[in-house]
Amino acid sequence: MTQAGCVRWRRQRQCWQVSHYRLFPKALGRLVAALGVRELHLALTQGFWRTRYWGQPPLQAPAGAELWVWFQPTVTDVDKAWKELSNILSGIFCASLNFIDSTNTVIPTASFKPLGLANGTDHHLLRYAVLPREVVCTENLTPWKKLLPCGSKAGLAVLLKAERLFHSSYHSQAVHIRPICRDASCLAVSWELRQTLTVVFDFFSSGQGKKDWSLFKMFSRTLTDTCPLASQSKVYVDISPKNKEKELLEVSPPPTSVHEAIVQGEKKTYAVYDLLSPLLFNTSRSLNVQLKWKRPQDSSEMPIPTLHAQRYVAGYGLQTGEICTLIYNTHPYRAFPVILLETVPWYLRLYVHTLTIITKGKENKPSYIHYQPAQDRRRPHLLEMLIQLPANSVTKITIQFERALLKWTEYPPDPNHGFYVGSSVLSALVPSVTAMKDMDVEQSPLFASLFPSSDGSSYFVRLYTEPLLVNLPTPDFSMPYNVICLTCTVVAVCYGSFYNLLTRTFHVEEPSRGGLAKRLANVIRKFRGVPPL
Amino acid sequence: MSIERCCGNNKTMSGHFFLIAEKSKLYFTFQDQAEQFFRSGHTNNWAVLVCTSRFWFNYRHVANTLSVYRSVKRLGIPDSHIVLMLADDMACNPRNPKPATVFSHKNMELNVYGDDVEVDYRSYEVTVENFLRVLTGRIPPSTPRSKRLLSDDRSNILIYMTGHGGNGFLKFQDSEEITNVELADAFEQMWQKRRYNELLFIIDTCQGASMYERFYSPNIMALASSQVGEDSLSHQPDLEIGVHLMDRYTFYVLEFLEEIHPASQTNMNDLFQVCPKSLCVSTPGHRTDLFQRDPQNVLITDFFGSVRKVEITTGALALDRDVAALESNYFQFDVVNN
Repeated sequence: MTQAGCVRWRRQRQCWQVSHYRLFPKALGRLVAALGVRELHLALTQGFWRTRYWGQPPLQAPAGAELWVWFQPTVTDVDKAWKELSNILSGIFCASLNFIDSTNTVIPTASFKPLGLANGTDHHLLRYAVLPREVVCTENLTPWKKLLPCGSKAGLAVLLKAERLFHSSYHSQAVHIRPICRDASCLAVSWELRQTLTVVFDFFSSGQGKKDWSLFKMFSRTLTDTCPLASQSKVYVDISPKNKEKELLEVSPPPTSVHEAIVQGEKKTYAVYDLLSPLLFNTSRSLNVQLKWKRPQDSSEMPIPTLHAQRYVAGYGLQTGEICTLIYNTHPYRAFPVILLETVPWYLRLYVHTLTIITKGKENKPSYIHYQPAQDRRRPHLLEMLIQLPANSVTKITIQFERALLKWTEYPPDPNHGFYVGSSVLSALVPSVTAMKDMDVEQSPLFASLFPSSDGSSYFVRLYTEPLLVNLPTPDFSMPYNVICLTCTVVAVCYGSFYNLLTRTFHVEEPSRGGLAKRLANVIRKFRGVPPL
Repeated sequence: MSIERCCGNNKTMSGHFFLIAEKSKLYFTFQDQAEQFFRSGHTNNWAVLVCTSRFWFNYRHVANTLSVYRSVKRLGIPDSHIVLMLADDMACNPRNPKPATVFSHKNMELNVYGDDVEVDYRSYEVTVENFLRVLTGRIPPSTPRSKRLLSDDRSNILIYMTGHGGNGFLKFQDSEEITNVELADAFEQMWQKRRYNELLFIIDTCQGASMYERFYSPNIMALASSQVGEDSLSHQPDLEIGVHLMDRYTFYVLEFLEEIHPASQTNMNDLFQVCPKSLCVSTPGHRTDLFQRDPQNVLITDFFGSVRKVEITTGALALDRDVAALESNYFQFDVVNN
């Protein structure tokens, strides 16, 4: 598993105007300034994070496209700005974000609090939308790479070639823009643009067979130099010992330093390769980081994370169904609350009176519940709940729904495999197993500093469940043709016959005199005394 | 410098006479060069490349469109001047054994998808309505710039369409069709609104020639891969990918275009000969009666390449003094249309 490329820039900010584009890409800068955006988070993901095999995700995103934006309080018409923003982003990232409209946009009240500096949080300035059907391919990676100051020509981004990145089990790229303090005293504020790319390479399925990896095996190329505009350029390799066993693996070439950090509640050790240090490229011009396991691993079980969830559709037939969400809290003795956000499209009509939450056999009443029912063809269902999860428990949330019959123009134009329901979002402050000291933001590695940590005893996590695939009752689109044929045949046969009977007139036809042969025959017959022909 | 001013001076006649002769010789050389320079009459190039088919087994249509995209980019037309519409995603399709690639030759010699592709309309956005809106320019105001055809009356436009078609129609996305009458009317709207200088229309479908039968606007040249009543056939399957990779006509057009470079002087007559019946099985057709110039004089790079014509002015240009007002107007316009 590898996570590549978390890059961050800072930029001067004067009265929310962005005007200095040495590092910050101009396309996003002008967008943010003109539409009054305070925070922007866009993620494009292909695949689903398998928590059981891969452990806790560093930064998870739902399958498809996810966009959530906080606008400035000065924006008067937020919906209009939201529509313009999704159109402009669809042009920048070559994604069909222009399909974001009121039928898939919601206004969460408790989830998705701002990650940057915020003065007040009026949730009417927040918009959230998910397009679960969106495909991610090279045409989305290309503009993402073009936002980097050095592009894909220098630095870590030379590794990012589409042919290797998409030959993976999970691919997620994201762009986060938020205002942050420039230093600890917070006298000046700047815009931060953070681009993340999470890729999971599966060596067993791609035929390698062994768990050893190297940069060359993963990306078909090695690192040669750094981006001249970068102030830091580092490669972190997770060499945390499992079960207190040391000397299980070996990284080469030797790292420039070893860094210990608490990431997501666990103590992790990283081998750090600082590409800006002159020692690294001393011997050869290229850096190929390799990791070899000294002893073959018997079990490749990742530790089960404290909080994880799954969701599925139960029921049978094409009329009704049930959405079931299972949330697991595996902490041995601590209970903590979790906010669950569900967005269900309008064509699955939820029956909220059937909502049941059961933990350890008993009913669990949420302390906060916000439900906004759907309006047909106008807005989706929004269900937000704050649920307390007892220690070492499984919570099951079920809600029943009925499937609606769409108008015939609303079905997708191809024989498709169903309709997607976007992932539900779980946000929680999970108590960490290892106690953390107050971390200095500057010291922590970039990939661990997106979510602000309030104190040392817990860390913020945002998880997504699986997207659901439901079949809606689809009419037989060939029936109009069949009906027309059948009806016209019946009408033609029955009515036509009846009409003919009524209007057909019969008249007697004079028999003809006959030809020469007939007359001769009649003459012979007259002689014989037989009646004529 | 003009001859009139030269003659206006009151200097000795003999000296001047020599000077006039020299200057007029130079003037005529310039004019020759200028005429050659402006032979085609266009100043910018656009390309609209459309693949209208869905589903994995129509891989070849996406490969067709991407090969034309690749040639057009190689010959100089930038992404901002190309509107690429792909109705389905083949490269990252779960059935593709080599993700993020679309091949045009078997044995996977040429990856036409590349690393630098920008698809403007993809998947369900490729509809007849969006296509006609792009051509005629009647787009909702919030459409980003990369999805617009911002051509003017000095633009040469290349329109390439591929998919499944029949006598007089082309199927979009398995659910709707565009007829040749609609297409001809769209081109007429473009002509009336002065949205093109010259237009090259290439279509690679079954019975493709029926699509250009109804054109009636001037300055259109059309090529099709097959006549009415004939089917366009696909070229070769690849056993590892499992589908046919390209259509015959576009395969040979791609081979032809691979030899073109931005300075080549090959003309349209060579393009008309590209796929004879022995190779293509169908008979490619073309239509040039609406085109004003002789195809002999039309360079391939007039449509497939992007040769920027620069007009040199001799007078000075006064810029607006109020830079701040100019900048704020530019700022508003730029963001909305970005």
